[in-house]
Amino acid sequence: MSRRRRTHPLNPLLHFAALGVAFVFFMFPFAWMLLSSFKTQAQIMSMPPQGLFKGSLKNYVEVFQGQEFGWFIINSFIVAASATLAGLLLGLPAAYSIARYKQAGIGFAILVARIVPGITFLIPWFILFTRLHMVDTLPALVLAHMLVTMPFIVWVMVPFFEAIPGDLIEAARVDGCTEQYAFARIVLPISGPGIITGSILAFVFSWNNFMFAVILTGAHTKTLPVAIFNFISYSEINWGSMMAAAVIITLPVLVLTLVAQKYIVRGLTAGAVKG
Amino acid sequence: MNRWIDRNIKWLFPLPAVLFIALMMAFPITYTLWMSFTKWSMSAVQPPKFVALANYANMLGADARFWHAAGRTFYFTIAAVAAETVLGIALAMLLNRDFPGKNVVKTLFLLPMVATPVAIGMVWLLMFEPSIGFMNYAIGLFGIAPQRWLASEAGALPSLVLVDIWQWTPMIALIVLAGLVSLPSDPFEAAAVDGATPLQVFWRITLPMLRPTIIVAVILRSIDALKTFDIIYAMTQGGPNYATETLNLYGYTLGFGYFQMGAASTLLMIFFAIVMGVVVFLNRARKGVAA
Repeated sequence: MSRRRRTHPLNPLLHFAALGVAFVFFMFPFAWMLLSSFKTQAQIMSMPPQGLFKGSLKNYVEVFQGQEFGWFIINSFIVAASATLAGLLLGLPAAYSIARYKQAGIGFAILVARIVPGITFLIPWFILFTRLHMVDTLPALVLAHMLVTMPFIVWVMVPFFEAIPGDLIEAARVDGCTEQYAFARIVLPISGPGIITGSILAFVFSWNNFMFAVILTGAHTKTLPVAIFNFISYSEINWGSMMAAAVIITLPVLVLTLVAQKYIVRGLTAGAVKG
Repeated sequence: MNRWIDRNIKWLFPLPAVLFIALMMAFPITYTLWMSFTKWSMSAVQPPKFVALANYANMLGADARFWHAAGRTFYFTIAAVAAETVLGIALAMLLNRDFPGKNVVKTLFLLPMVATPVAIGMVWLLMFEPSIGFMNYAIGLFGIAPQRWLASEAGALPSLVLVDIWQWTPMIALIVLAGLVSLPSDPFEAAAVDGATPLQVFWRITLPMLRPTIIVAVILRSIDALKTFDIIYAMTQGGPNYATETLNLYGYTLGFGYFQMGAASTLLMIFFAIVMGVVVFLNRARKGVAA
């Protein structure tokens, strides 16, 4: 490591300057979102932008008064949590079986879901759910989001299960243990890190999902991304409230990332790098 | 019972997932394929009418909007992924060196890719606003004249590319960084003994050894970039005057704006084929490199 540091092409000063520029570029939108969420419309409109201003929580109050925002938070949470749980329920055994019995075909079939453009399913789903009167119900949305969460969990868990030494399971088998027992009592308990990685990001992807929700939800089942999108249908955009809503939506995800940083990195790079 | 499960576990374990995939993915794709040969406006009284390949002939032969959308899809994907790859490698190199607070900084760089895209789109919408947005103020500091960004036909797609670069450069950096850490140290030691300059080391050793990792990152990113929907729909809905209408957006509008389910299905099948084609092509390129 020390050797590589010495062969780095940049001198330390330039290195810090470049990092600083990158840091400002990637963090700025978050800072701007947060600042604007405390500004009045007039403060947002003023040019040049005000760095120092008298902030207020008025926008946040307005967000919760104007729409049924509390419900949208609950909807988003229910959908993301259910889709993640159901994704684990279907995905964990499947991933284990794919890893243990080298079922590459099944693995491929499941992972195709990560490649196919989402709207390709959305049209048949919309027709089907309309017929079944399931548009604007949470189960329809959970089913749709499971197509995001389950393949992702499989994608993360297959390499994880593959890394578990086969001897461990064989030893249990010799002791007369059934496969399902070995899976439940030996494999799952040592798979905590993998399961956390898969679940956190599956939850985040479902929480962030917009395309399925914008079609399959209605007044009762709106999730947060759809709710914030509806801010721009007003004649004049209420920027302050919109930014407050943006903060409310992104905050859980950002906090989760900061807390579970290690798992997030592992999940996002899963499949790209071994180990 | 337990014995039976034990003996058939190979099939029982993946069964629920496979059934789900069949029901929610394989069946819908087949249905979309069938619909792509029909004409139907989702009307209850008028059933879908079989028109064979007419939709395809129409779309590929006579629909300029389709070809423009296809062009924009590739423009967006190539511009965004190329910039993200170069910047991502640069960012990874910057982060592959010890400095105080490195872990905190690395974590913060994760935020753009996990933050809810629609919400982030709204923030950029405010920043791009021609009269009150921060972007015009920022470029004004460097003496550049104000731009219209998303409001102009010429500027809208490049502005969206910029947002995509902001969102996804850290992803490439993250993957490259993981690759960098796992590189063997021998070639670097040999280069140091031979007195190679840092730049030579980067071009002749680091980059070639990272190539497989970079290509995987490019493949993953390209698949997602082709399918970009959230930020485009949230910020421009394909406008102004279709200037940001990619295939995904056009398919969406055909289906859920015009309810031309047949034509929308046709477009989606073509789009599906394009995405698969790109995956196969990039995968070939990867294998060529590995060989």
